[in-house]
Amino acid sequence: MLKVNLYLSLFIFLPLALLAQHKISGKVTDSKKHPLPGVNISIKGTYDGATSKADGSFSFTTDASGDQVLTAVLTGYQLLEIKISTDNAGQLSVILRNEVNALRLVTISAGSFEASDDKKGTVLKPLDIVTTAGAGADIVNAIKTLPGAQQTNDREGLFVRGGTGYETQTLIDGMLVRNPFSSTTPDVPGRGRFSPFLFKGTTFSSGGYSAQYGQALSSALALESTDLPQRSSASIGVSVIGFSGGMENLSKDKKTSWGLEGDYTNLSPYYNVVKPRQTPNLGPEFIGTSVNFRRKTSSTGLLKFYGYGNWGKLGFSSPSIEYPGDTESYKVRNGNIYTNMTYRESLGRDWRLYIGASFSTNSDNINTDTLIKAPLPTAIRIQSTLSQSRMMFTRNLGRFSALRLGGEYQYATEKFSFNQMPYNYADNYIAGFTEADIYFTPSFVGRVGGRAEYSSVLARMNIAPRLSLAYKVNTFSQFSVAYGDYYQKPEPQYIRFNHGLGYMKATHYIASFQRVASDYTFRTELFYKKYTDLVKTVPDYNNNGNGYAQGVEIFWRDRKTFKNVDYWISYSYLDTKRNYLNFPKEVQPDFAATHTASLVYKHFFPKLATNLGFTYTFATGRPYFNPNLPADKFMSEKTIDYHALGVSVSYLTTIRKAFTVFVLSVSNAPANKQVFGYRYSSDGLRRGEITPNVPRFVYIGMFMSIGTDRRQDVINNF
Amino acid sequence: MKRLFLSLFLISGLATAAVAQSAQYQDAMLKQTGDLDSSRTFDSEALLAKANTFERIAEVEKTQWLPYYYAAYCQVMMCFVSQDKTKTDELADKASVNLDKAEALSSKNSEIACVRSLVASARLMVDPASRGMKYGMEAGQQIELAKTYNPENPRVYLLLGQSLLFTPEQFGGSKTKAKTMLETAMQKYAAFKSDSAIAPHWGEPYAKELLSKAQ
Repeated sequence: MLKVNLYLSLFIFLPLALLAQHKISGKVTDSKKHPLPGVNISIKGTYDGATSKADGSFSFTTDASGDQVLTAVLTGYQLLEIKISTDNAGQLSVILRNEVNALRLVTISAGSFEASDDKKGTVLKPLDIVTTAGAGADIVNAIKTLPGAQQTNDREGLFVRGGTGYETQTLIDGMLVRNPFSSTTPDVPGRGRFSPFLFKGTTFSSGGYSAQYGQALSSALALESTDLPQRSSASIGVSVIGFSGGMENLSKDKKTSWGLEGDYTNLSPYYNVVKPRQTPNLGPEFIGTSVNFRRKTSSTGLLKFYGYGNWGKLGFSSPSIEYPGDTESYKVRNGNIYTNMTYRESLGRDWRLYIGASFSTNSDNINTDTLIKAPLPTAIRIQSTLSQSRMMFTRNLGRFSALRLGGEYQYATEKFSFNQMPYNYADNYIAGFTEADIYFTPSFVGRVGGRAEYSSVLARMNIAPRLSLAYKVNTFSQFSVAYGDYYQKPEPQYIRFNHGLGYMKATHYIASFQRVASDYTFRTELFYKKYTDLVKTVPDYNNNGNGYAQGVEIFWRDRKTFKNVDYWISYSYLDTKRNYLNFPKEVQPDFAATHTASLVYKHFFPKLATNLGFTYTFATGRPYFNPNLPADKFMSEKTIDYHALGVSVSYLTTIRKAFTVFVLSVSNAPANKQVFGYRYSSDGLRRGEITPNVPRFVYIGMFMSIGTDRRQDVINNF
Repeated sequence: MKRLFLSLFLISGLATAAVAQSAQYQDAMLKQTGDLDSSRTFDSEALLAKANTFERIAEVEKTQWLPYYYAAYCQVMMCFVSQDKTKTDELADKASVNLDKAEALSSKNSEIACVRSLVASARLMVDPASRGMKYGMEAGQQIELAKTYNPENPRVYLLLGQSLLFTPEQFGGSKTKAKTMLETAMQKYAAFKSDSAIAPHWGEPYAKELLSKAQ
């Protein structure tokens, strides 16, 4: 009975419903009258609606009668709700307004290359940053393919825009790394200590960086460590120079993880086959370990710990330039520990908190027999420690603007002994900073801030203002400018002999243009950097040095034009002169080349599961000091141009359940001659070239990982 | 007698209102899901229209997970159909939002996990070289989840078979493994009992097509 009635009433009501149908039609456009296709239009509270066509038109019928609300939804536009009467709606004209989102928002970009997965449209992805044949899994070697960085390969460090390696600071999760490079012998660059696998984001700032950081005259390399892994995994690697292993463990509730890694490297078997220019007399042998711990403390809070320990020994002997027929030797034993802990949490609606603490210690025991014979073989011991704590509050201002307030404290000790003669000091360094990102409009932003610092060993304070502006012309292009003052303590080897020195100072001016689309990037920057108060050692220790650097840089990256090919080109022109240390006058320093260029090329062959990569780097010759020339010709001679071609091939496969990759990588494949400078005997009669220890390095290795496919990581590292 | 008629009429009237609404929902959903496997549907414009329709239904039927689920399915399919990879992330974002809403209404749902796996695959395809690791893993994890939630879901085996078929052998894929997996998928399709006419039922013709490629 009920059923009958039900159908009966359906029949009764249906004709009524049919009678009440109304036609709704119209056109959707943006505020500039351009038609918008794909807009979802509907009568609120009903299923009735349509999707606008290519010309923005739409049409549908509805049962709803009388006054109704029409909604129009399209990603990237503000939701629109308008009141209409379905009885006589007529031809509707619907206008949607742009919604400001992250893609349309301008960002501060002058002076920095950011590599991150989090933000769309970054110039380089984290994996890309280590994608360079011949870079040998070294973050800094890969960064050297970006404009602004010099190909200074006879000493460690990142030499940026006329600055020395000391003028670049490395940061992990905002915490300073006191010794980011492994200790080596003279003329051999130390490798970066940290595996690129640890980081999800890298920002290479070649100038004009934020007031959050200080004590770097030229450049900041900010590394951001990975968060919780997605699953537990394990990996092993075997190569011609050693082996490595690691594991990551993720808890069942996916809130806690810990990881362990270890590696052992021994180059002596390799050097038995490929004879290096200098003869090894100790090692080279290295042991590295690391441990990490991550805990999600709430939906927005994350605690991270990272600890690293590395022990190495190496030594070489080579024919003496001073005493022909004699041998000179240099041996170093290094121990390094670095730990840091950071915590981030959101404090209610608009405030965010960041706290960090770190401790590191580094010791070098050096035995040399390279100096003039008069003092007997020398023993040098250097031990430095650094403790740092840091805190920062961020407050959102309105929709996009933000204010940052923070401070840090560092306690550093330097212990140095030269044949038991001690030169020690400790420094208390305290700094405070404030900085605001202010959006005048979504396409025009200003960053204004400053930093105040005090160092007890220098007994001086400084105030460093920073300013950046960026203007977005359209979705892809933007202009930026930046200005800032940067201060840095002199290097420990000068402070330890003279505590009266003051800060060195650099002032940066940068103008840049960039165009970033999904498949290509173009950037160009013009910069001028003024150095004052640089340390001079002649006639006595003082801060009377000065200098400048100026130039232009171009970067082009293209992932679209050729199938399965990704390449980038960078070029830097640098004009720099300085008068510092023992220089008699202002000249181009020996670490700076006028023209530097790189081409990185990657080609993936999907059918062969093979990746082929080339990296070609070029730099014009660098000045060197010839003691036979008069003082007015100081640094007037230049070395030959620098050419290097790195090649790598990697083959990806699966062995049982382990993702496996085989790597063959050759640095400086054509074995081009590279000369970084000359060493002269004290009478100036004999000289020796400073060249790489082996002209060409061939690396063969195999990596297996279980749980997480890391093959792509590995191929991108060679 | 009059009273009896009146009360009957009242009861039937109320029932009609309730049934009519759900009949309207059933009707609309049947109409939209009926041709989900047809090749005509697999065109950017048709999928967009369908996704929008599902979103309109979802907007009204806030307690039903299916409209959100189907909207996400159409959005992720648009990523695969379109050659324009610049739109993928935006569509994948939309699909994820819909899947979150669907999951809030129906947790531990094998079908939702399957579409999540598709979303991860779509994101991967934008830039396999740099995204392979992250999204490849996520796609795999979601299929695993889908399998634990319901080992009888044929779409789990369809997605597994598809991935085996298109993965080069060096990476662990193979035609023979794909064939076995797709045959399992076909068996599961044959045995699969839907909860209702509008419950997810897509994929069987596609599984057949892949199976012929795996021979």
